[in-house]
Amino acid sequence: MFDGTFSFEALQDAMPILLNEFPLAVWETVYVTILSTAFAIIIGLPLGVLLVAGDKNGVLPLPRGVMSVLGVVINLLRSVPFLILMILVFPLTRLIVGTTVGTVASIVPLVIAAFPFVARLVESSLRELDPNIIEAAQSMGASPFQIIMKVMIPESVPSLISNFTIAITTILGYSAMSGIIGGGGLGKIAINYGYYRYQYLIMFVAVILLIILVQIFQSVGDRWAIHSDKRLKR
Amino acid sequence: MIELKHLSKSFVTADGKVEALKDVNLTIRNGEIYGIIGMSGAGKSTLVRCINMLERPTEGSVIIDDRDIGALSENELRRIRRNITMIFQGFNLLMQRTCLKNVCFPLELAGMNRAEAKKKAMELLETVGLPDKANSYPAQLSGGQKQRVAIARALATEPEVLLCDEATSALDPKTTHSILKLIREINRNFGITVIIITHQMSVIEEVCERVAILDEGVVVEEGEVGSVFANPRSAAARRLVFPEGNEIIVPEESGDERRLRVVFNGAEATTKPLITQMAVDVGIAANILSASTRCIGDKVFGNMLLGVDGGEEAVAKVCDYLQKAGEIVVEEVKNDV
Repeated sequence: MFDGTFSFEALQDAMPILLNEFPLAVWETVYVTILSTAFAIIIGLPLGVLLVAGDKNGVLPLPRGVMSVLGVVINLLRSVPFLILMILVFPLTRLIVGTTVGTVASIVPLVIAAFPFVARLVESSLRELDPNIIEAAQSMGASPFQIIMKVMIPESVPSLISNFTIAITTILGYSAMSGIIGGGGLGKIAINYGYYRYQYLIMFVAVILLIILVQIFQSVGDRWAIHSDKRLKR
Repeated sequence: MIELKHLSKSFVTADGKVEALKDVNLTIRNGEIYGIIGMSGAGKSTLVRCINMLERPTEGSVIIDDRDIGALSENELRRIRRNITMIFQGFNLLMQRTCLKNVCFPLELAGMNRAEAKKKAMELLETVGLPDKANSYPAQLSGGQKQRVAIARALATEPEVLLCDEATSALDPKTTHSILKLIREINRNFGITVIIITHQMSVIEEVCERVAILDEGVVVEEGEVGSVFANPRSAAARRLVFPEGNEIIVPEESGDERRLRVVFNGAEATTKPLITQMAVDVGIAANILSASTRCIGDKVFGNMLLGVDGGEEAVAKVCDYLQKAGEIVVEEVKNDV
């Protein structure tokens, strides 16, 4: 299947694409990933907080019904495969962006797919927090809202950054997948040239670039998480 | 004044209902240092949490300066908690904030502006002796220093009551001593009522004026520290006073030896060797079978078991002699020690 992938001819064919299309594709992938992650965090963070605070032993216990609806919706969205979800949200995408094709359009399904995931990650970060610290805040007369804003979230920042790093690398993978049905970026190039036109070299280069991007996101995230953790200061 | 009236608390767990507190009645006077001691699982932590309603008692009431705390709304309760602050065994500092910001925290909650809060927090760090740690993070401090920051934080809202939940249990003896000293200074200088929860006798002896002994959710003894510890009546109190076991090993009774229990109820500790002096003065050599005394302040508490030969007359002489020394009660004991 990959015979001649790395031959001189293949390289000659690939060169113009590598030079002309790749810079834009990398940029598209990066900004779609970052924007989608940002929106997913904007929606997922409050939901994750609600999952923890609204618990029956949480700081702001919510009715059981509300909590189970929230749980079911998040699990439901998490269980739909991303490609199917992308198709399912086409109407919403059209409503918001005006089209279902293109780089910007792919942000809508990415956010829909990612925010429930982010909500669960936020939940797990907040649950790591020592409950005694919350009790101490209560003993000082903190309101539930103050506990969330001044204790739960700030104290979980290093863990949240680690988890958001996991989110951004997962979303990067999703964004590449969105190339199959109209999304832009490295995924589109890998599929259009590599898979449909058998220019496997292009596919490999796209994959390598994706790997490099994941590495960059991951190491920046790791470093940031460690740097932000005041427990590690000596 | 803090009054706990018929306080009961039960929890429903998977294994059924657990009664953590059973009809606890205590009165804590303003400005005193009150100790609540008990083994782990005795219900101490639950009790202290009932005082600021972190735990709602199942029955009974907590009355602070004639206000029934249990009847307050959540909002009023939050306000009154600034007045009844707490320190903990695990310090519970915010690990991502500097010490200064930790002390600012309750002031922020109360809505004080930043500059003012910072100034106040700095003063408090000076009070607890850590002005140089203002910009350090809790992870950079030792246990004792962390507790000092926690104390500064607890003082920030100028409370009238400080609750100490096993505040020295995670500290070594020397640090414990210095923290207790700080607590006593705070009690004296600011007139703050302090309630200390602990399982350590030494803590109670060192700073408390009065003590309650809690055992399986029940207050088994209560009163002045000296008299409670000198004459522990309940089994729980004896376990605390004599942690190595109260089973005094005494040789078999022999011949006409009579046994006397000598209870020191706060006798002046002097350099005078009492028992030896007795041998000289009345000519009776007593055999010390067991002794467990301790000094609390400058008073001696505890008891001693003497064996005396020589029948009724000798016993009477010994009783007479010792009781003249003051604050000593002598009683004859039969087989049961």
